[in-house]
Amino acid sequence: MDQQSLRDLESRCIQEEPAPCRAACPLHVDARAFCGRVAAGDWPGAWQVLRRGMPLPAILGRICDAPCQASCKRDEAGGTIRIGALERACVQTPAPAPPRTMRLPARGGSVAVCGSGLSGLTAARDLALKGYAVELFEPGTVLGAPLLEAFDARRLPPAVVDDEIAALTPLLKAVHLGARLSQTETIEELGHHFDALYLDLAAVGTPTRDRHLWADDESSAMTRGILGGGDTPSPVLQAAQGRWAATTIDRRLQKVSITAGREGEGAGPTRLFVSLAQIEPSPPVAMADAAAGYTAAEAVAEAGRCIQCQCLECVKVCAYLERFGSYPRQYARQIYNNAAIVMGARQANRLINSCRLCGLCTEICPEDFPMADLCLQSRRDMVARGKMPPSAHEFALLDMQFSLGERFALARHAPGSNHSVHLFFPGCQLCASAPAQVAPVYSHLRRVLDAPVGLMLGCCGAPAHWAGREALYQEVRADWRLQWEAMGRPEVVLACATCLEMFRDHLPEVPARSLWHVWAQSPLPELAAPPPEAPLAIHDPCTTRHTPAVQDAVRHVLNRCHIPFEELELGRRRTECCGYGGLMQNANPQLAQEIVRRRAARSPSDYLAYCAVCRDNLAAVGKRTIHLLDLFFPSGEHPDPAGRPRPGWSRRRENRQRLRRDLLADLWRERSPDLTPHPDIHLHVAPAAAQRLETRRILIEDLQEVIHQAETSGQVLEHPDTGRLRASARIGHVTFWVEYAPAEEGGYTVFNAYSHRMEVAR
Amino acid sequence: MIQEGFASPEDLRWKCRRCRVHLELAPVTVTYLDQEFSADLPRCPVCGLVLISEDLALGKMAEVEQILEDK
Ligand SMILES: [Zn+2]
Repeated sequence: MDQQSLRDLESRCIQEEPAPCRAACPLHVDARAFCGRVAAGDWPGAWQVLRRGMPLPAILGRICDAPCQASCKRDEAGGTIRIGALERACVQTPAPAPPRTMRLPARGGSVAVCGSGLSGLTAARDLALKGYAVELFEPGTVLGAPLLEAFDARRLPPAVVDDEIAALTPLLKAVHLGARLSQTETIEELGHHFDALYLDLAAVGTPTRDRHLWADDESSAMTRGILGGGDTPSPVLQAAQGRWAATTIDRRLQKVSITAGREGEGAGPTRLFVSLAQIEPSPPVAMADAAAGYTAAEAVAEAGRCIQCQCLECVKVCAYLERFGSYPRQYARQIYNNAAIVMGARQANRLINSCRLCGLCTEICPEDFPMADLCLQSRRDMVARGKMPPSAHEFALLDMQFSLGERFALARHAPGSNHSVHLFFPGCQLCASAPAQVAPVYSHLRRVLDAPVGLMLGCCGAPAHWAGREALYQEVRADWRLQWEAMGRPEVVLACATCLEMFRDHLPEVPARSLWHVWAQSPLPELAAPPPEAPLAIHDPCTTRHTPAVQDAVRHVLNRCHIPFEELELGRRRTECCGYGGLMQNANPQLAQEIVRRRAARSPSDYLAYCAVCRDNLAAVGKRTIHLLDLFFPSGEHPDPAGRPRPGWSRRRENRQRLRRDLLADLWRERSPDLTPHPDIHLHVAPAAAQRLETRRILIEDLQEVIHQAETSGQVLEHPDTGRLRASARIGHVTFWVEYAPAEEGGYTVFNAYSHRMEVAR
Repeated sequence: MIQEGFASPEDLRWKCRRCRVHLELAPVTVTYLDQEFSADLPRCPVCGLVLISEDLALGKMAEVEQILEDK
């Protein structure tokens, strides 16, 4: 990713766009932060926010016409926040000590400012702070005369104006009161005398309205260095025009571009998206004394109605985005920096590898921020540069290799047939989760499809794709395609939505459809039991997000069988991933667990899943979840299919391996060898150890290998008190340790197991 | 990185079954991702069989592995 694509990406996340109030303010005062401070009763903090945006806040805060209010989102839920009245309440509290005025060193340019209305005072102050020698000319007898004339003393007490002016005058080179500014010649003369001239049009006489004399604040048309502004009834716009004029004069005197980088100046629209979905309407807080304005307590209450406009739509629905404490714009920057690191820790590795790649955030985002693409691309980059943490995806990739290997992979024409028009590909996880369902589904398919249906066991390669292992994925894909060609290019029927997505995206030449799609158009198998009475809440797998036809097919099947169901609020296009997607479960198991718990809590109803992994992950956190196939082909082992526990890692392998052997034996009358490496080493795993094996992702096969090596080599540790044994073996990139003892009934009892990746040098 | 000794008294109670001796703390080299570290670990003084305890494997070692993986 280069700087430019980073910036393009960043701009698509609108969370840092200004709140509507700030965007509508000519001075971009941060009214959201201001309301936040007021609501907290933090008046000094509120003052500071005004000072950051406003020149002369004690004055402007009292007379501001608050154009921000017109765009306040609260207007749609009870009424706009009375920001102007809050400003007045704030500046009536004691002002905290001002920060030391940072005045730049003298720059050697002289500026005359004519008129001490708000725009003139603002221009004079800003230019003085920039280091220019500023002389202020006022036709009246006191500075600020136009303000004192325009506002009554109750709204704007003269003492307040005096104080602000007293703070300003030490910054000025000279002040000229009673200045005669009504003659064009006077202005011309001043123009000759000074390097630049600003006319506060609200404060000086009519001749200055001669448009030949001065220019608007915008252009290089300001050839004579005379600028005018402040000719508006809006006080905040007057101040803003004075500020913009000061910028223009500064740039002119510095001989730099007048316009560059000023596109955002002034009131404008914002792209910030603000949802009012969770906002209760509430009306504005009334004033006990309208003439006096809000009391402090009233102001705090009114500011408390501010909804603190933010987008964060994606963060609200994704625990992953929430967990890393920020939002996609910041994540894009962190991920970019991560790739740029030469030395030191790549702190975004975990961020990159924890994304489910499910695309929910993109679906929710008003600007379609592509978080999944960003994470997947980063993973590929990391793999290409050898910077992918080896442990991140290894377990899943080894499992994929298992599915592709001789213990599971299989391709056969239907029994008694020498070609295939269709091909059933149940995918690796259904076979791992509920192997007993595969044969009946296959047999039903052969009955309802009018041409021979072959069978293929294997893996679509999604784990390699998700891990960013492009080369490996291309290999898997190419092998799959070769086999499919050897089968005669049949139409593929898929039981897994992930497979379907992978085929659609990466093997478009392969005609593929969902099993549910076939079912929706065919005679259905018989329900194993009467339909449940309570509706099942449908959990759509995240990989069906963009295939509504599959979601429809499932609902169609349910309707035909009179199975009552209901929709989850986050369903269909907005469904949530169960934690398997993107290999989150591998890279960040704790977070995956939290995420599936959240999903489980979305409805008290039993869920209906139609992806084996979704079902198992939900079941693993105790959510009663039934797989669509369970309604037709329940497992004999578990009479209550919604309560069927998730088979563990070892069982998932065993299930696949056994399924292959059983299918070969039952359908093709072929005997095949048991390829388990050490079938003769029988293990009894103590219940406490069994749970650890799951969370630590240690397979029974790993334990068998360790014990096999230990018992063969004699390299074993023994505890003199308990007689227990401890041994280790290096399998792949991991050293596995087992604490065990020979069991009385034969074989071994396993008490504990753990692993590490570091290797003891020999 | 893991120079300090890593053994509880309990770790040193294990015996090498083949050599019939107790383990003793001895400097052992461990490697990961082309990095080498030395640490005092329980080891059979005769045949050199090393014990990596559960605490070490899941604690300090896992931490260092993570750091090296993110480097
Ligand atoms: Zn020994």
